[in-house]
Amino acid sequence: MTTPPRIELRGIRKAFPGVQALDGVDLTLVEGEVHALVGENGAGKSTLIKVIGGVYHPDEGTYLVDGRADVVHDPRTAADAGIRVVHQELELVRDLSVAENVFFGRLPVRGGIRVDWRRLEQETTTALTQVGLGIDPRTKVRRLGIAQQQLVEIARALSRQDREHGARVLILDEPTSALSPAEIDGLFVLLRRLRDEGVALLYVSHKLDEIRALADRITVLRDGAHVSTDDAEDLDEDEIIRRMVGRQLEGVYPRSERQPADVALQVDGLTTEHVQDIALSVRAGEVVGVSGLMGAGRTELLRGILGADRRLAGQVHVQDRALGADATWRARAAGLGLVPEDRRAQGIFPLLGVLDNASIACLDQFTRHLCLQSAAETDEAGKVIERMRVRTPSLQQPVALLSGGNQQKVLLARWLLKRDLAVLFVDEPTRGIDVGARFEIYRLLDELAAGGLGILLVSSEMEELLGLCDRIYVMKGGRITDEMDAATATQERLLAAAL
Amino acid sequence: MKRLLARLAGAEQAGLGLALFILCVVLATLSPVFLTAGNITNILRDAALVAIAGIGMVAIILQGEIDLSVGSSQAVVGIAAVAVLNASDSILLALLAALLLGALIGLTNGLLVTRAGINSLIATLGMMAILRGVAMVSTGAVSIQAKVPAFVDVGTGHLGPLPVPVVLAAVLFAAVYFLLHHTPFGRYVYAVGGNREAAELAGLPVARIKVAVFMLGGVLAALSAFVLASRLNSGQPNAGLGFELQVIAAVVLGGVSLTGGVGTLVGALLGILILTVLNNGLVLLNVSSFYHDIARGIVIILAVYLDTRRRRSLDRKPGG
Repeated sequence: MTTPPRIELRGIRKAFPGVQALDGVDLTLVEGEVHALVGENGAGKSTLIKVIGGVYHPDEGTYLVDGRADVVHDPRTAADAGIRVVHQELELVRDLSVAENVFFGRLPVRGGIRVDWRRLEQETTTALTQVGLGIDPRTKVRRLGIAQQQLVEIARALSRQDREHGARVLILDEPTSALSPAEIDGLFVLLRRLRDEGVALLYVSHKLDEIRALADRITVLRDGAHVSTDDAEDLDEDEIIRRMVGRQLEGVYPRSERQPADVALQVDGLTTEHVQDIALSVRAGEVVGVSGLMGAGRTELLRGILGADRRLAGQVHVQDRALGADATWRARAAGLGLVPEDRRAQGIFPLLGVLDNASIACLDQFTRHLCLQSAAETDEAGKVIERMRVRTPSLQQPVALLSGGNQQKVLLARWLLKRDLAVLFVDEPTRGIDVGARFEIYRLLDELAAGGLGILLVSSEMEELLGLCDRIYVMKGGRITDEMDAATATQERLLAAAL
Repeated sequence: MKRLLARLAGAEQAGLGLALFILCVVLATLSPVFLTAGNITNILRDAALVAIAGIGMVAIILQGEIDLSVGSSQAVVGIAAVAVLNASDSILLALLAALLLGALIGLTNGLLVTRAGINSLIATLGMMAILRGVAMVSTGAVSIQAKVPAFVDVGTGHLGPLPVPVVLAAVLFAAVYFLLHHTPFGRYVYAVGGNREAAELAGLPVARIKVAVFMLGGVLAALSAFVLASRLNSGQPNAGLGFELQVIAAVVLGGVSLTGGVGTLVGALLGILILTVLNNGLVLLNVSSFYHDIARGIVIILAVYLDTRRRRSLDRKPGG
């Protein structure tokens, strides 16, 4: 009789409104292995981790722990079953001590109410030794470096021996994103030791070299579905990338005859707190893409150009005129417009009407003698809103009541109305938008470029970038690391440059 | 769902109007004096003072900020105006001094909020304490009498049948109404209050708008201070104690949401009238003035409670 796997998932499905996040995923974790989980942004890795950790309940499928069903119902039962998750964002309380963090929510007590500080420190020291961290348990987390915090986080995950089990399954989500090579080596020594002690490890990462170095088996996810699971030695990096990307370009990307003309936006040496030494240009009539992984600094690049983040160095020229760095209104006056990533939080004015939302950035065009000419405004904005096929019962409808796709069109209309717009920035324009509206947005961006507008498009969907753009910049760690002609670029090349 | 929000807003003003009407009917039956021309004039004159400052407060709250310094500025501005008046014998110069000081207070508030990044509740709370202190220190806590006889006419005189402050309030109401609804600036105020980050990213001059609105509020508070000083015929270091809460309560009662972006001048005006009538009624009914504070406190809490409920029901609608 063989021992059942620590964790066995079969046909896991999970849907959120509008998205099938997981669409039939199989995964087994056995003791003493490092199992790598890879996939593009949005492939379903985080959702899968949350299912394993008990945060989400799968809509369908089987979830067995040690061959038994119905073990994990919520994060607490998952922890009791020995399943520990180290999340990508550190979840330590920075103003508490290391010991208090490691035993957060389960401090050892004496006499019912008093914290047993001595025992707390002893047990913390044990936990820290396990991860090879020789620091005073009383140190405030605030004073630790990121790598040390990461190790504290792992120590916390390993130390939860409050029930009969210790850590038997350890899930790490992008644990090395903030670590230096030496620190990564240290972490790997620890992880290999845990593996040899019989812990099952699920390792989620974008970094293929790390996966090659560490993993025993590799599972690839794509669009929420299970693509493959193989022994690590049977896959090379190119093959992994090919499987992550997988699909073929479909004919959804309209492409009119574009005639790139003069440079409309020129950025040199732009540095903010989040991006370094950015150089790029966008011509009138050109669609330029920005690719990169989550956290590569793509949105921050746009914010830096617009002056929403403080510019520390560098110049921005719009149509050969230098752009002042201190305020976003200068960028608007110079002819830059942004359709932001997070429509609800950063784009719309939820309680203002469709018309007011659309015209807000170019009211000066409808103002005479300080007075708003509402007839002209309604007329012109109404036409653009109609041309965009925004589905709304009236121009006064509060924009919060429209669907996501229609809100996005209203935000695009906001900049189409602006007569002297030179370059339009669009950040993840189709995120969370249904297929129909998506195609309309593609068609519109193409039309605008054909009409002589410069477009700077940030997207996580490489397919979208390849389909729409003329040129693509790739970002990594706050810098532009590569530039490709879209005609010769491939998803594999984009991904390889971003990793 | 159609025009649901618009209808809600309309319904809200109708509700306020109804509340005002019922309050008036009740007071008219309880007190024979309530509906006399003299008393109505009194009510309007009292309401005008709150309204002049309240109009500015509407703009400030609409953009999601607050100004607690308007009460103390009644004292400081009144004192300054009377001092200039006595020194120059000119009502016009006194008025200009008052307006200038009000603009300066507003500018300081605005810069503290936008440049220094201090929460407006705290920034103007500090300003409120400072101004009250300045009023006390500069006068030795003693009021200064105005020495120009005509000064008192500003607050107590009439233009035709209407008291001067009422006419002034009406003119300012019309002007700010135009500003809020027929100029880009007004649209910006609603936008900044509705979603500050979106306003920033849409390229609106958010900081400038905020400073301008604080200055508008400061100037209007100074105007009410000028009228008050004229009515008292003196600059008093105790003037306007608690006035800021009276103004804010009235505005919030009138449906201007403390979270910004929602509310109208008309609603605020109704809120001001309700509180003034309530106060007037309590006086007519010989209720001890201590109870006035209790009544006002209850209304303030009630107003914010209604605001919160309104907010919640609005939050639930979108996307649902």
